[in-house]
Amino acid sequence: MRAGLLGIEHLERAEIEAILERAKAFQPAQNQPFVKLDTLRGRLIVNLFFEASTRTRTSFEIAAKRLGADAISITAAGSSLSKGESLVDTLNTLAAMRPDAIVMRHSASGAPHFLARHLPIPIINAGDGTHEHPTQALLDARTILDHRPTLEGLRVAIIGDIVHSRVARSNIFLLSKFGAEIVLCGPASLVPPELARIAPGVRITYDMREAIRGADVIMMLRVQLERQQEAAFPAGEYFQFYGLRLEHLELAKPDAIVMHPGPINRGREISSEVADSQRSVILNQVENGVAVRMAVLERILG
Amino acid sequence: MPKLLIRNGRVMDPATGFDQVADVLIKSGLIVRIGPNLHATGAIAFDATGLVVAPGFIDLHTHLREPGYEHAETIETGTKAAVAGGFTTVCAMPNTKPVNDDAAVTRYILEQAERFALANVLPVGAITENSEGERLAAIGSMKAAGAVAISDDGRPVMNSRVMRRAMEFARAFDLVVIDHCEDLNLSAGGDMHEGEHSVRLGLRGIPSVAEDIMVARDLLLVELTGARLHVAHVSSARSLAMIAEAKQRGLPVTCEVTPHHIALTDADLAGYDSNFKMKPPLRSAADRDALIEGIVSGVVDAIATDHAPHPGSEKMQEFEKCPFGVIGLETALGVALKTLVHTGKIPLMRLIELFTTGPARVLGLSRAGLEPGAVADLTIFDPELIWTYDVNRSFSKSKNSPFDGWTFRGGPVATVVKGRIVWQRSQERG
Repeated sequence: MRAGLLGIEHLERAEIEAILERAKAFQPAQNQPFVKLDTLRGRLIVNLFFEASTRTRTSFEIAAKRLGADAISITAAGSSLSKGESLVDTLNTLAAMRPDAIVMRHSASGAPHFLARHLPIPIINAGDGTHEHPTQALLDARTILDHRPTLEGLRVAIIGDIVHSRVARSNIFLLSKFGAEIVLCGPASLVPPELARIAPGVRITYDMREAIRGADVIMMLRVQLERQQEAAFPAGEYFQFYGLRLEHLELAKPDAIVMHPGPINRGREISSEVADSQRSVILNQVENGVAVRMAVLERILG
Repeated sequence: MPKLLIRNGRVMDPATGFDQVADVLIKSGLIVRIGPNLHATGAIAFDATGLVVAPGFIDLHTHLREPGYEHAETIETGTKAAVAGGFTTVCAMPNTKPVNDDAAVTRYILEQAERFALANVLPVGAITENSEGERLAAIGSMKAAGAVAISDDGRPVMNSRVMRRAMEFARAFDLVVIDHCEDLNLSAGGDMHEGEHSVRLGLRGIPSVAEDIMVARDLLLVELTGARLHVAHVSSARSLAMIAEAKQRGLPVTCEVTPHHIALTDADLAGYDSNFKMKPPLRSAADRDALIEGIVSGVVDAIATDHAPHPGSEKMQEFEKCPFGVIGLETALGVALKTLVHTGKIPLMRLIELFTTGPARVLGLSRAGLEPGAVADLTIFDPELIWTYDVNRSFSKSKNSPFDGWTFRGGPVATVVKGRIVWQRSQERG
């Protein structure tokens, strides 16, 4: 992993296990202040965010700082990124600053792969277009493992705009490596049949109730209106057919958990009652974001 | 011009089936004699021992980019790359700036070619004004000025009524209509073939049906109008099957495939390398296999490069921002040998046909034979030469090739245009 982290698809299962195990050590102990480490003292991490992000960017920043690294964040608004500078020029400018790693978020699938091909610096993909969001899948796995002893054999329903979701892709790749049973569900034009072939153990249904029946984990996705080029489903029908409501939870396992990568649209893909219910682990996901990203940074730079 | 004697080569001519070791004597740009042990005093001798001497290769689909996009390619650099790839003739696609939609542009291209081109340049005129798909271009006067076909390549005519009128008009002028079959509504926003790999990579898809629908429409219009149709760069199995069926019914339809569509698939996009991004996109392995099968069965008439230069600055961007197209003149023969001949799919003679008499038939050209009196356009290649393609040494102004670093068995050695050796593989390049 010294080369960076571009995606989950080509990551070894053992590597994932090592990160998840290490992340456990970085989880905050109850009512204890965090002790700042100096594992990465003197190292420079550049957070390069071409696309708006709150939780991912801040949690990468916190993770870097808790490990003692110097972290700077460059975001699209107010930088040369928004002034028409090409990716190649940005890349050359950054290389001249000699960072030890670059954390990158970009609206184009494959943008970090492009950067990685041309820069001898480890690149950490913080979400590329509609492709992958590897650290999100790692923190989701960490969150599931905080509630279940193993991922093996779990039934995970992923519901929503799957085709445009980098979170879904990374989660599918990760969960599949651990032998989970993955059910994808959403409007047909957002869940193309080819998705069932990208990893073993994936199946598709267009019926939300069937997807949730017997599930251990329900992952809801945000409807990404900004990525849809046209109306892929009739306006106004989304919540009725693919929004998660309290009555759906009765179909899942009694101790099933509900996840969402955020930001949530209450009343669109998830009802407020579910988002705020005991089943929801959405805030645990946010907490684990820092721990998992510390483990990733340590593994790449430590 | 001194006489030229090409000695002791394996002379292969798909037009007649001729396949013998022989000498070829050329005088004043024409083939004078073909036979064993020819003698000619004062002739320049070229030793072709161990080499194949074939009719000059014709590329039906080349983007020379001049006028208007000289930063990407010029008639001079594009034809340099052509002859280095063994092509003696290239068809220049009309999507230049201005678009080749009237006789003045056609004449300009031919004048520039007269001054700078190493290969023969045959202009293809646009179907509609500015290739906007609305009003028919000056088809008749372009033909009179030297256009050999019409096409709105890259910006296909969406309006079926306009296409019908174009076909009717083209038929009257005995011009072949070359169509880049793509339903622009179905392909809109797409970056690669729609399938498992596009879903895996999170890239927007261009479904095969975007091509198939337009092939189906065009075939129906051919039935209606009787025009000759040539389907450019077929990439989908379904499209090829429809073309095969139409040919069986005797419709005047021909088609070409590109080297990249028979050598690569959508799985090759895993690295997000924009040198694998073109239209139509690299399709599935099943489509690729069907194209190769179509070459074997004879449904495919020609191999054409769709040489589409784009400068590095345009290809060095986010994948979704990069323009479509790859260069291919210099690698076409190597790729075709590797994919078709070394695999035992087709004999060498059929391969030569795909580069010579095949495309000549598509255009209705008489040239392309190796008989006395014919224009001496010859492609001389070594079927066993081992060479590695280094795109940075390409004659093309642009370096967007998916085949950089590939090692080939078999490649061009010398190219003769109108009786003159215009390119020869130098020792250090070998």
